[in-house]
Amino acid sequence: MSANPKKGFVSSTLSYKGGIGHWSWILHRLGGLGIAFFLILHILDIFMVGVSRAAFEELLFIYHEPLLRPVIWALVFGVFYHALNGLRIIIQDFWPHMFRYQKQLATTVWVIVIVLTVFLVGVDIAGMLA
Amino acid sequence: MTTRYARTPKPSGSTFEVLSWFYMRASGALLALMVVFHLIWMHYVIGLTNIDFDVIAGRWTGPGGIFWRSYDLTLLILASLHGMNGIRFVTDDYIHNRGWRAVVKALIALVLLLMVVFGGLVIFTFNG
Repeated sequence: MSANPKKGFVSSTLSYKGGIGHWSWILHRLGGLGIAFFLILHILDIFMVGVSRAAFEELLFIYHEPLLRPVIWALVFGVFYHALNGLRIIIQDFWPHMFRYQKQLATTVWVIVIVLTVFLVGVDIAGMLA
Repeated sequence: MTTRYARTPKPSGSTFEVLSWFYMRASGALLALMVVFHLIWMHYVIGLTNIDFDVIAGRWTGPGGIFWRSYDLTLLILASLHGMNGIRFVTDDYIHNRGWRAVVKALIALVLLLMVVFGGLVIFTFNG
């Protein structure tokens, strides 16, 4: 439900002042949707392995094309964020006293996500230069 | 000033919704570990530019075949259900018209079925 039903859901979603928990909720949801749509595509491209070598190779540009790398990196960031923020939600749901440390947990999530993302983007760039 | 927090609001409503709430957390914890491992494996151990037919085929038919097929099947089922259930949550939040919500939910169920069937088919029947 929108925070204010008189406004559109986009503006009420963006103007609701829920602090860091609210921003995590937006990013968790957007990231989840993006990952779900990629998952559908990913099942299709791997299904092609069973169709034929040529059929699969037609789709390999997804992982090989340098121009698509920024999209892959956005996906990598989205997966790491959704995974780590999801673990934060689990911790807070099953150990409610941890809600007291929501800000610290959210900061920890960001630190781990940035480290993991920078590492994999760096690995990909090194692979492109090699 | 210390703020006192009550218990987390228990999911209310049907048994299905309680199970669904629990499933998102149980599968989410497993997926977090398995997908992070998957990403590090594909980007760091193999390398994106090295991914080709032989890498995927070799993994399923080689000595670790059973392991990789089980790993991929587990990911397929956990992630498809987790993702489509997540999209179902979003439709509950934003589609208020009962009729449209039913249509969209039926579509989500169909997509989920296709994902598991197509993905499962290749994992079980691939033989090189």
